[in-house]
Amino acid sequence: MRPAPLWRRYDRLLGPDAAADVKDELHFHLETKVDDLVAQGWCPEDARKEAERQFGNILAIQRVGERIGEHMDRRRRLTAYWADALRDLRFTLRTLRRDAGFTVIAILILTLAIGANIAVFAVVNILLLRPLPFPDAHQLVWIAPAPQKCGFACSTYSADAYNRFRAESRSYQDVTGYFAFSTADNLRLMGHGDPQPATGIMVIGNFFEVLGVEPALGRLFTSDETRHGARPVAVLSNAYWRRQFGSDPSIVGKAIDLNGQPTTVVGVLPAGFDFGAVFSPGAKADLFQPLILEDTRNWGSIVTMLGRLKPGVTLAQAQAEGTAIEPHLCFSDNSAVAGSCGFYHQDIYTMRLRTLKDYVDGRLRRSLIVLWSAVGVILLIACVNLSNLLLARAAARGKEFAVRGALGASRGRIARQLLTESLVLSCAGAVFGLALAFLLLEWLAHQGSLALPLLSSLRIDGAALEWTALTAAFATLLCGLVPALRMAGGPLSEALKDPSAGAGQGRSHQRVRSLLVISEVALACMLLVGAGLLLRSFLQVLDVDLGFQPDRAAAIQIDYQAHDPAQLATILQWILAKVGALPGVTAAGMVDYLPMEQNREGTAPVPKGSGINANNLPGTLVYVVTPGYFHAMGMTLRGRDFTWDDRPKGPGVIILNETVTRFLFPGQDPLGKIVSADVDRQIIGVVRDVHDSNAENQPSWQMYFPQTQMGPAGMQLVFRTNLPPSALASSVLHALRELNSNQPAAAFRPIRSIVDHASSPRRFFMMLVTAFALLGLVLATLGIYGVISYSVTRQTQPIGIRMALGASTTHVQRAVLFDTLRLAVAGIVLGGAASLASARFIAAMLFKTSPFDARAYVGMALALLSIALVSGYLPARRASRIDPIQALRNN
Amino acid sequence: MDTAKLEFLRGTLDVLILKAMVWGPLHGYAISDFIRRQSDDALLVEEGTLYPALWRLENKGLLDAEWGLSENNRKAKFYRLTPEGRRHLRQEVKTWEAYAAAVAKVLGATQPPLPEELA
Repeated sequence: MRPAPLWRRYDRLLGPDAAADVKDELHFHLETKVDDLVAQGWCPEDARKEAERQFGNILAIQRVGERIGEHMDRRRRLTAYWADALRDLRFTLRTLRRDAGFTVIAILILTLAIGANIAVFAVVNILLLRPLPFPDAHQLVWIAPAPQKCGFACSTYSADAYNRFRAESRSYQDVTGYFAFSTADNLRLMGHGDPQPATGIMVIGNFFEVLGVEPALGRLFTSDETRHGARPVAVLSNAYWRRQFGSDPSIVGKAIDLNGQPTTVVGVLPAGFDFGAVFSPGAKADLFQPLILEDTRNWGSIVTMLGRLKPGVTLAQAQAEGTAIEPHLCFSDNSAVAGSCGFYHQDIYTMRLRTLKDYVDGRLRRSLIVLWSAVGVILLIACVNLSNLLLARAAARGKEFAVRGALGASRGRIARQLLTESLVLSCAGAVFGLALAFLLLEWLAHQGSLALPLLSSLRIDGAALEWTALTAAFATLLCGLVPALRMAGGPLSEALKDPSAGAGQGRSHQRVRSLLVISEVALACMLLVGAGLLLRSFLQVLDVDLGFQPDRAAAIQIDYQAHDPAQLATILQWILAKVGALPGVTAAGMVDYLPMEQNREGTAPVPKGSGINANNLPGTLVYVVTPGYFHAMGMTLRGRDFTWDDRPKGPGVIILNETVTRFLFPGQDPLGKIVSADVDRQIIGVVRDVHDSNAENQPSWQMYFPQTQMGPAGMQLVFRTNLPPSALASSVLHALRELNSNQPAAAFRPIRSIVDHASSPRRFFMMLVTAFALLGLVLATLGIYGVISYSVTRQTQPIGIRMALGASTTHVQRAVLFDTLRLAVAGIVLGGAASLASARFIAAMLFKTSPFDARAYVGMALALLSIALVSGYLPARRASRIDPIQALRNN
Repeated sequence: MDTAKLEFLRGTLDVLILKAMVWGPLHGYAISDFIRRQSDDALLVEEGTLYPALWRLENKGLLDAEWGLSENNRKAKFYRLTPEGRRHLRQEVKTWEAYAAAVAKVLGATQPPLPEELA
């Protein structure tokens, strides 16, 4: 073989061509064969024909060759690519190891940013993006009147209304519901030593079928078990079954003693079903019992309705149908008086359907989006910061790149090298970020006191991993692109010519870096404004006069079975006297439902003889209280409290809140007036409005009945102390036990914790956004410091000259600080404008705070300015210490 | 015996091709020529078998290819053995010789085998 002549080497100038190679090769074979045949004496035409015949199907062979050729080509390219990548990687690791300080800071910044992003994504994913944990969850609809200020009490229907709605609507596969007013620890499980408190939820018989929940063990309720007089049965939640019954599968079919009533366990629910997580965040549900509709039809509006739409039925269709049916719904179908079935009042009850998902996460959507944006901004700031650091490094390495360029490295290769660097950093950040997110989520999933739905199922799943990869890729590009473009774009040789690392390039570098810092400050500024507004809102919420004093008061559930009201009153009086006499207790009283936990609604009271139709008034929250309750809760009462002398047979008495009396008796003194409630009652007192669902909602109509005149009800004992409430827990429980051996070891709850629970989502979001804002502030500080410090180093000589010419130390310092302030002010102006522009977005999350709240903006500006001054001061001091002689002698 | 019909045993062609290049790079035509001449025209390699086999061997890394000029001054693709190809050839030749000897022993038998326990 002789080597090919020079010109031949250019016939693949435009890159390898596998198909042409194959053709050439086969062509050569054919021609040589023809030559041989001619040499053997064939005539040229015949020789060619013979050669082609011998060859057979030349096209088929060609195709095989092309396929193999392409394959080899691809592999060759890939091998070359990976070899390059590996070289880049090795080189990057070496340089990063050499510059350990930079590497650690860069990875730390990225870890914080990416970790926060993953954690928030996991929360967003579970609450916003992922469907609820039910089959065909999109079909599930929450059927309730439009959201009202009175919480559950105005979002429920009576048993009769439920029955009629279910019978008349055609849009649903089935409609179900549950009893909305179960309190925590409303049951006592007997037969396991001390009575154990348990939370039972009464659900309509078809509840689990409608949701599509299959029992893990046993079965669900049969229709016989939901009728009047059925033997009591229960289905256990998986967690309760594991905790209380040690995962004993033989529990199914056995009877357990609940409140003295043998109840057969018919099934155990799957671990994946968490009632509290979906329907009442932060609460637990231990077991479920069928709600006997016939027995509860006179309990008022107690059922929250939800349904499963038929396939193909839209929410709008169901809504139209619901709006049409609602006026026919009867509060009570068997009303004794003909024609007064108690229609749902249209002013208050306007049915509005929402998907169950919307119901569960609707309130949180806005907050989550804000949170998501906040971590997104953090990621941006981190990337800009890193981009800046990398740029500074790249500038310092200008010579290295120039040498490499002079030795033949293309700009693409140098850019790739820089991108490899940011890829390595991002990947390290992603790995550590994943670990950080794991810890954060682990912590968050166990925050039982946080009233956020579905928290317990938080984990890092496939989607979160994908998000991690996406974030890391984004960070790689964002961090690496600017330096890569700058380095690849500038004239490389400049750095070689100029001994001081390229003055011209240095200046334009400085401009890019200043722009980066300004955008960083602007982003941090937006975060700070957002955090400031949320913080102000939160303070406003804390400032709200709740109508009671949550500190130094606590509640405990008590349990006493007595059927005669008079007898019960005697016992309760005795209990209260006993508890009230404990050292440290200053007041004690009882109520059926605590504010901010649950409530129930009744018909509004009307002034006797006024002729007002109570159905035209808003539903009114009903509380049954004992004497001493108002005092124990720290409520402000005008008039007199109930006394034990308000006997069942005595004159009826009632206490109303200010909202009711203001409406019913405008400009008059309501005390002593008679109103018709269940019976005629005299108003003996007026209490300040109590925030019944949370601090942010307006208080609704409230009325208080004396326990002595209302018969038995579930009771919460509230007491006020002058000691920390927890110090009294055991002595109170001990006293209760002495009086009533059946008293369960119920949870002892400071009233403050109930209030905190109600505002926990706001606190949670506020704290997160504040944390992100602080992180953003730190990063922006680092950015400012980096740029100013670098510029001082670069200007050592000019500063030295100026000082030699007589510039004073303060003069030099002032100049550097001025540079710093210019950056900060530009960023603040930009960020402030962006905040103003996006203010509407956050307005919905604010409480009694304007999105243009001056204090938040001024606070932000001051915080950033002072931080900027601090971060500019160190370089300024360094600049003023420059020795002119030294600076001039260098070079 | 009809020489053209002589079928190659599976894998044998690869060894023959590799063997052809032991003394230096060759193009496809010369390889088929080498096999034909060495076998006294007993083995004829069809083009439709030869070239795919060459490409496969190149793809496996047993051969390396380079363009050069043939003796008749045409541009031709020359194949040479890679070190791995040489190793592979040695291995295959050994295998083939053992196989051929075994086959020869069996075919050269002149009497039925003795019972196993006596052998």
